[in-house]
Amino acid sequence: MKFENYMVLEFPSRSTNEAFARSAVACFASQMDPTLEELGDIRTAVSEAVTNCIVHAYPQDLGLITLRCRILKDNILDIVVKDQGIGIPDIEQAMRPMFTTGGTDRSGMGFTIMESFMTSFEIKSAPGKGTTVHMRRRLQKRK
Amino acid sequence: MQFTSFLDSGRLTVALTGEIDHHCAKNYIQAISGKIEAYTPEVCVLDFREVTFVDSSGIAVVINALRGMSQIEGKLVLTGICEQPMRVFRASGIDKLVEIKEAV
Repeated sequence: MKFENYMVLEFPSRSTNEAFARSAVACFASQMDPTLEELGDIRTAVSEAVTNCIVHAYPQDLGLITLRCRILKDNILDIVVKDQGIGIPDIEQAMRPMFTTGGTDRSGMGFTIMESFMTSFEIKSAPGKGTTVHMRRRLQKRK
Repeated sequence: MQFTSFLDSGRLTVALTGEIDHHCAKNYIQAISGKIEAYTPEVCVLDFREVTFVDSSGIAVVINALRGMSQIEGKLVLTGICEQPMRVFRASGIDKLVEIKEAV
């Protein structure tokens, strides 16, 4: 698919990079003239996806997270968050609201929020190979 | 993480600030549960006026505070929630479990 602009970031799975990642995507998306609500939704979804990599993909060591954003025609922001971590053995279970393997400081609502805040959401994962989250948000065209 | 808290006639108010994500959530959870255990208030108010962003980690902060207050049969109230955190709380359904008030 043709894109109008894109950016790729790569960073280690340090939790300080959660804020960096969502801010970077928000800066990139600002050229699409989003509403504050759209920008808030995008920042939230990116924060969830990157946090999943940090908490679940690389539970012991630091690993690489790749974040790719593209602006597609019809004002669509396309976001891919990819890791090479341990993968998800059961995606259906992981996506169930309130399900978490992350302990009491996690709510198990990350996937629910990504799904409800983005126009489309897709996840691919293979145990031992990593996980890729692909999401899109169509932004309103302002007059 | 930065927060202030005060106790007034059995009412504990904890004012949170900034962005609440996984990076700082654990500290908030521990700090709030420490205050609840120390003061055993009748009501705990989490003041979100200065919170500019939450993700699902913010939900965990609220759920843990709710659990702490339930254990001592107290009440949890959220107040002053801005637009973005409110959207996250609504998407998770937490707004149906906890009383939400405007700024006190």
